[in-house]
Amino acid sequence: MSVTEAPATAPVAGARRQLMAGLLQRQGAAAVLVVVIIVSWLSFPRFGSADNLRDLALQSSFLAVIALGMTFVIITGGIDLSVGSVYALGGVLAAYGSQWGFLVALALPLAVCGLIGLINGILVARTGLAPFIVTLASLLFARGLLLAITSEGATTYKIKDGSAFLELGRGEIFGVGVPVYLAIVLFGLGGLLLRRTRFGQSLFATGGAEQSALLMGLPVARTKITVYTMSGLLAGFAGALTAAYLQSGVTVIGVGTELDAISVVVIGGTLLTGGAGTVIGTVIGVALRNVIQNIINQIGTLDSNYQSVVSGAFLLIVVVIQRWLARPRTHR
Amino acid sequence: MTDTAVARSWTKAQVAGWLQAYGVYLAVVLLLVFNLAFTDNFLSAANFRTQLVQAAPVCIVALGMALVIGTEGVDLSVGAVMALSAALIPLYLGYGPVAAVLVALVAGLAAGLFNGFLVSYIGIQPIVATLALLVGGRGLALVIAHGQLIGVRDQSFLTLGTGDLLGIPISVLVAAVLSVLTGLLVRRTTFGRRIVAVGGNRSASALAGLPVRKVLVGVYALCGVFAGIAGVLATARLGASDPADIGLLMELSAITAVVVGGTPLTGGRVRILGTVMGAVLMQLVRATLIKHDLPDSTAQLVQAAIIVVAVYVARERSTR
Repeated sequence: MSVTEAPATAPVAGARRQLMAGLLQRQGAAAVLVVVIIVSWLSFPRFGSADNLRDLALQSSFLAVIALGMTFVIITGGIDLSVGSVYALGGVLAAYGSQWGFLVALALPLAVCGLIGLINGILVARTGLAPFIVTLASLLFARGLLLAITSEGATTYKIKDGSAFLELGRGEIFGVGVPVYLAIVLFGLGGLLLRRTRFGQSLFATGGAEQSALLMGLPVARTKITVYTMSGLLAGFAGALTAAYLQSGVTVIGVGTELDAISVVVIGGTLLTGGAGTVIGTVIGVALRNVIQNIINQIGTLDSNYQSVVSGAFLLIVVVIQRWLARPRTHR
Repeated sequence: MTDTAVARSWTKAQVAGWLQAYGVYLAVVLLLVFNLAFTDNFLSAANFRTQLVQAAPVCIVALGMALVIGTEGVDLSVGAVMALSAALIPLYLGYGPVAAVLVALVAGLAAGLFNGFLVSYIGIQPIVATLALLVGGRGLALVIAHGQLIGVRDQSFLTLGTGDLLGIPISVLVAAVLSVLTGLLVRRTTFGRRIVAVGGNRSASALAGLPVRKVLVGVYALCGVFAGIAGVLATARLGASDPADIGLLMELSAITAVVVGGTPLTGGRVRILGTVMGAVLMQLVRATLIKHDLPDSTAQLVQAAIIVVAVYVARERSTR
């Protein structure tokens, strides 16, 4: 399936170890998720209730949409620190645009956030600046733009009651929120794009061995520009969904969201070095993060700040294990 | 060196190289001249004092960051480490200010050693290793402080933030001393040469027999201690331990200062004076915008532009 598969000539023990490594890499987070869900199902009666699960899915969908874009970026070996600010900006723009109707409310954040992503991509691909620093600058830029259009964060644009746009965030189909369906559709498309298209293959090639990809004549620069644009679009879309859900463009959201997105992508088994990753892993990463958060809330007596301690520790454990498993390959 | 060629005609590459090396000083001078000409009440001792006091914590953190970036790494956890050290201070002030400060510094050292261990011995990318502490560290600080802002009343401790020595604010003095020491460390010690060597070519350094792992641990440990010091000074200045807010986005300010100061993100080069000037420049930019009544939004947009331009200029030479 992927180019990192064990060579057929490797000794049996090594092959088995690599198989285990690949399995753990791909399924480790899933296994932990299953265990965590079973344990919390048994220990917290409210966890398994339909209301709680519905809420959990809805809350996960916003971060999931952002993390989908981040997955693409990280597979190409890049990183996008701007998504938190762009997410907040998307929400404010959607609420601001909603006064002119559904289409503007959706198009305005997508256009602006897509443009920010496009600029990120052009700077990364054409000038060779480090993605880290380019998107750091656009983190500041997007936040500055947000403050500029909300009179320094003092104005919160409201979405009028009865606006069709609200359905995007608050509507329900068969009792499940619309954002959940949208996230599922996006992940389905993302998975197809990644696995079944030429573009998806060029993502892996760019992240795996950029020089070789260039020499093979792959459009590396265009690929990069596209993934950063997609990341901006998805973050803006997630912001629009959040605005529709909250019925307003909240200016203070999204601080540190880029770190949440990065950690769920990494927890899901996508390598930060690029060249390997799956969208289903990202779904699992998001689910794991939010289930743990949910449990901490259920316990109630626990300080909610334990959430970030657990997230940090978990991220660390995952990367240490990844590193440990990858060791035999790099030391060949 | 090759002044005969340089004197006659400057090629584009030479201009770019010169800008990379001295651009930050030029920018500081230009900004100072602009302010002297167009900003009311700029030329006063009180104003310079304020500017320096505000630049001091960023400067201290940026010094450690410059060392880390010199090894081709990055430390995202500095803000969280500041929060950790701030959260510990009120717990130990009962044993006297010296004990409290020591505990805060030890916390910074421990955090730095932890990062360094992950990066060097486990081999995790610096961004991820320090990201984990960025996410977890502030949470831990908030758990320690029960999520609350705690006032600090110990007078001798508060002096660190508000007091003077020879007419110079103590925090500025600390920043200056640390800058000089770090400069000497980079220029005059084996450890400093090793930092540059490891950042320039890690595998060659390892083959040459340099203790690469120890150098990396040492660099992250120093960065942690510097962040701890900045946390102490910021707490003393605020008169309260505020783990929710202290050092927020500090990693971005520090990285900006380092990069604007001409230290390439690709490692192999550390510019301490440039870093100090980078911190001063960003503070001056902010002050200029505020004094001309430009809002925070504009300040952030300008900062974004400065970062991109600075890195673009720095890029010219590193890509050969």
